[in-house]
Amino acid sequence: MAALIDKSTRLIVQGLTGREGTFHAKQAAAYGTTVVGGVTPGKGGTKHEGWPVFDTVRDAVRETGANASVIFVPPPFAADAVMEAADADLPLVVCITEGIPTLDMMRAMTFLKERPGTRLVGPNCPGIISPGKAKAGIIPGNICKEGRIGIVSKSGTLTYEAIHQLTRLGLGQSTCIGIGGDPLIGTSHVDALQLFADDPETDAVIMIGEIGGSAEEDAAAWISTNFRKPVVGFIAGQTAPPGRRMGHAGAIIAGGKGTAAEKMAALTSAGVHVVKSPADMGRAISELVGS
Amino acid sequence: MKIHEYQAKSILARHGVPVPRGETLTSASEAAAVARRLGTKVVVVKAQIHAGGRGKGGGVKLARSPEDAEKLTKGMLGMTLVTHQTGPEGRVVGRVLIEEGLQMQRELYLSIVLDRAAGKPVMMASAAGGMDIEEVAASTPEKIARVYIEPGVGMVPFEARQLGFAIGLDGAEVNKFVKVATSLYEAYLATDASLLEINPLVVTASGDLLALDAKMNFDDNALYRHPDIKDLRDLSEEDPLEIEASKFSLNYIHLDGNIGCMVNGAGLAMATMDIIKLAGGEPANFLDVGGGANAEQIRNAFKILMSDANVKAVLINIFGGILRCDVLAQGVIAAVKELGVPVPIVIRMEGTNVEEGKRLLKDSHMNFTTADSMDEAAEKVVELAG
Repeated sequence: MAALIDKSTRLIVQGLTGREGTFHAKQAAAYGTTVVGGVTPGKGGTKHEGWPVFDTVRDAVRETGANASVIFVPPPFAADAVMEAADADLPLVVCITEGIPTLDMMRAMTFLKERPGTRLVGPNCPGIISPGKAKAGIIPGNICKEGRIGIVSKSGTLTYEAIHQLTRLGLGQSTCIGIGGDPLIGTSHVDALQLFADDPETDAVIMIGEIGGSAEEDAAAWISTNFRKPVVGFIAGQTAPPGRRMGHAGAIIAGGKGTAAEKMAALTSAGVHVVKSPADMGRAISELVGS
Repeated sequence: MKIHEYQAKSILARHGVPVPRGETLTSASEAAAVARRLGTKVVVVKAQIHAGGRGKGGGVKLARSPEDAEKLTKGMLGMTLVTHQTGPEGRVVGRVLIEEGLQMQRELYLSIVLDRAAGKPVMMASAAGGMDIEEVAASTPEKIARVYIEPGVGMVPFEARQLGFAIGLDGAEVNKFVKVATSLYEAYLATDASLLEINPLVVTASGDLLALDAKMNFDDNALYRHPDIKDLRDLSEEDPLEIEASKFSLNYIHLDGNIGCMVNGAGLAMATMDIIKLAGGEPANFLDVGGGANAEQIRNAFKILMSDANVKAVLINIFGGILRCDVLAQGVIAAVKELGVPVPIVIRMEGTNVEEGKRLLKDSHMNFTTADSMDEAAEKVVELAG
């Protein structure tokens, strides 16, 4: 067992026939993920790289028994794709697309509220990997190692950095969840921590946040009363100027709120081992789990 | 994206929010004529720059005659206006807005933003208008009333009435307030705004409500469907290097330090700035070359970094996932050969094909400093930057 995806995952790719969709579907399959098909409206009934293509997500689910979807659809159509996946009752939808308009995402989130059976991860995220089992998204499998540390992160390449540090120290990962850097996301830090709390294969967690919003403060409050496994935290953007959007749409200090200092203080007081330097994430967790 | 006050007012007026009459000018010669056309005893001359706090900096002035309006306009155009939001270098005023004077009775505050935690737009109103709302929120949070709007339903009149009564308006005023609030919400939806703020919303002696100031920011991700709003972008308000970078689709933010950074991924780019600071240095920029960067993008990124005269050393921190390290190394070598980068370069790369990438760097016999970890890279680049 791991969190969210494992050997029982049957994955479809929305946007399979596009360049990104094709590349990452092949990567996921090569990693051992069971990829069962794709959805591209208008190309239903054809084959792409050996996979069946369907016009609608409902068709794909009915024909393939898919239980998860990963979305590589361009930004103007991505919120629509999320809602279509939820409408087909898929339990897990991972949206990689970056650059979705906020109002589109707000509508999609309202739609998802009526469908509590669907969990959305992302958008604007690298997806999920359970090393040695399966992946949905773009996290490079070759840097991962099977193990017992969970990672939850708003940032893609910083997730890779954390994975790499752990692997170099001989510590593997249970599941790595990239939750995304947008203002509106389907799975929060708290949601991911809940999954790690329930996962017997996860012993400790690295939590990576960044400036903007209050998700890290919410996570701190939740950890202090609910989470019993060791957590190492890092917040990116300690030196970011206020009022500027630091690449990610959600990474902005607005009205003096959402600073790294506030988030680090909240996490520290919740018992999280907060590291100032991103180079220390692996070392810190290694000390906490005593290996 | 940000726009000017006069542009925001014109958008709001189209959506039914009452605004004062006014005209914009880029030279003083018409100022007196404009003041006469407006016909009020006093007119207001307002500098049009993107930063807030204009009043305190001398960017908002009352003119008591058409001649006075001309004199004030002449003084304001071309002046460097410094406010708490412009930084010490200030902004040069290229345009003024001249508006009718109003008999103001009270100043209110009204805004819409996305509440990230709730996943809904929140409309905020306050009787303490005309002040810095962040200060009001910090010192007297009870003076701010809020309603959360259901995205599937839209703003309902009772929600606007709740806000209006909560900030002390009477029945007749509330009727007008409902129109302003619902129009504001319509404008928010129609334009994909990320922030819409009227501060102050004034109540005049005759009981009318008007937007005396207006601020609108837009969701950059949605600009593709608003070509008219995209056209309102004022390049003179932006950093020239940031404009250049945006042409190459590079995410670049110009900062004050002397260590140029080139990183893939926004989070890692922020973390790289952080670790430079921890090592005792100052980053010259935030630069995310993107997950799928190629040799061309790396060359473009070098061009931007080298255009900043403050840059004394460059740190390249790339985690190769999709972007392979050998491709990165080739791109860096080609760019440095072509552009003749005159400052030391520290390269830290990790991930796919890293061994091949390192071999290419070594075999190039160029003067690269390599590092195996982020902290080592930061220490080396800080030392090299002096």
